Amino acid sequence: MRKRYVVLTVYIVFLMLPIYWLLNMSFKTTNEILGGFSAFPRDFTLDSYRTIFTDPSWYNAYINSITYVVINTVISVTLALPAAYAFSRYRFLGDKHLFFWLLSNRMAPAAVFVLPFVNLYSAVGLFDTPWAVALAHTLFNIPLAVWILEGFMSGVPKELDETAYVDGYSFPSFFIRIFLPTISAGIGVAAFFCFMFSWVEMLLAKNLTSVAAKPIVAAMTKTASTSGYELGLLAAAGVLTLIPGAIVIYFVRNYIAKGFALGRV
Amino acid sequence: MTKIENNRAWWLVLPVFLMVAFNALLPLMTVVNYSVQETFGNNEFFWSGTTWFQQLLHDDQFHDSLKRQIVFTAVILAIEIPLGLAIALCMPRSGRWVSVCLVLLALPLLVPWNVVGSMWNIMALPDIGLLGKGLNALGIPYNYTRQPISAWFTVVLMDVWHWTSLVVLLCYAGLVAIPDAYYQAAKVDGAKPWAVFRYIQLPKLKHVLTIAILLRFMDSFMIYTEVIVLTGGGPGSTTKFLSIDLVQKALGGFDLGPAAAFSIVYFLIILFLSWLFYTLMMREEAK
Repeated sequence: MRKRYVVLTVYIVFLMLPIYWLLNMSFKTTNEILGGFSAFPRDFTLDSYRTIFTDPSWYNAYINSITYVVINTVISVTLALPAAYAFSRYRFLGDKHLFFWLLSNRMAPAAVFVLPFVNLYSAVGLFDTPWAVALAHTLFNIPLAVWILEGFMSGVPKELDETAYVDGYSFPSFFIRIFLPTISAGIGVAAFFCFMFSWVEMLLAKNLTSVAAKPIVAAMTKTASTSGYELGLLAAAGVLTLIPGAIVIYFVRNYIAKGFALGRV
Repeated sequence: MTKIENNRAWWLVLPVFLMVAFNALLPLMTVVNYSVQETFGNNEFFWSGTTWFQQLLHDDQFHDSLKRQIVFTAVILAIEIPLGLAIALCMPRSGRWVSVCLVLLALPLLVPWNVVGSMWNIMALPDIGLLGKGLNALGIPYNYTRQPISAWFTVVLMDVWHWTSLVVLLCYAGLVAIPDAYYQAAKVDGAKPWAVFRYIQLPKLKHVLTIAILLRFMDSFMIYTEVIVLTGGGPGSTTKFLSIDLVQKALGGFDLGPAAAFSIVYFLIILFLSWLFYTLMMREEAK
């Protein structure tokens, strides 16, 4: 019994080490970083964070990222809800093929879609707007949301639907007033996953924007490549990208394990 | 659950269908279109048949990155699946530590992929990184920008750090779903821990393990951002995986035709292997 917790603790320490190192770097001055190895900041400074919060090209990048992530989450979950209901309750023409086709988009490498997406979203005039990234990310988030929600919905007994129809509910009022509250945990988990995958993705987000809608992930690669050795700034920007993730994890912490099993354990 | 036959359900699926079709079919048509044509700029295209596909089949660079990709995916699956399962078995089943552990475990999954790369870059710097400095202090020569072995070690370690938690969370969800009665029956029979694992836990975990393998296979086969930030595909091209190769061809070289042929072959490989997994998974479920 004791041995198990030792293994678990060692593993969690391994997970935390790189995060600690990032925090450590973000509080150091550039001189100290270049000066050599130190396990904790000697001249504790918030300069890197100050730069980020005062420079519009930095903090706007965060705002841009959050904008497209939120748009994407709302679109993905809203469209996925009725579709997941259809897949969990009905058999219809081509349902299995459609489901697999949807999932196949989750398997599409973003690298394959970069170039055609740039063409497509330029053609419809959305290039360099948060909408381009938000819509592009639905490619893999909608299938995922459908998959997760379908799992949660299949766990709800069909008697619930039947009773409601007998009681005289129409489909829309049943769906919104009875069904959605029943699977609220599933909706939370699906939203969490859409948020997560949109937040962490870089390749599409970077290439579908240039100046006006530049996301934080692109702003960071620019720092890394052009202005040389600004490790402290890079580390601070990295630390700040962890915060939204930590907040959303906190909200779904009780459902997280079930969510990762796509609602079907 | 028995489902009702109802073709009007298509109306419920229609919004998703249209959205995904816009995002998936139009770009794929563009790719297919490019893959059979030759261009000399000015938006003039000429039919070139299967030239690009034939060229790709004899392209050593493609073969090399495909081999590297397969080795990488095999290595991380061989590490992450058993490790994830082991860690999940170490997790407490109940109590207030469960939430804490779950949140800490899930944290790497929410780090933007380029930040994962930067994080390990900073960790692995030979002079000021914890990992680089530590290994060198132990007398192990380590420099991930110069030695292919170090670069591979760092990339694999980074992926294990990043994604093993996904396997842990999946297996954990499977484990807590096993009813207590199973364990009590095993206790009555005096089953050893190994027997409990082999005959109760493992069979019950089959489903979540399949999902874990499927997801890890797909995602590791598409790995791009973390590696490009950490090693840029180097040293030389020793960590150049398929996506890195493709992005270099498509965005760097303006070789639309070859890049499009590459895209199609790449997508088909993933699609075929995933279809295989999916079919096996569904067959298991039907039993």
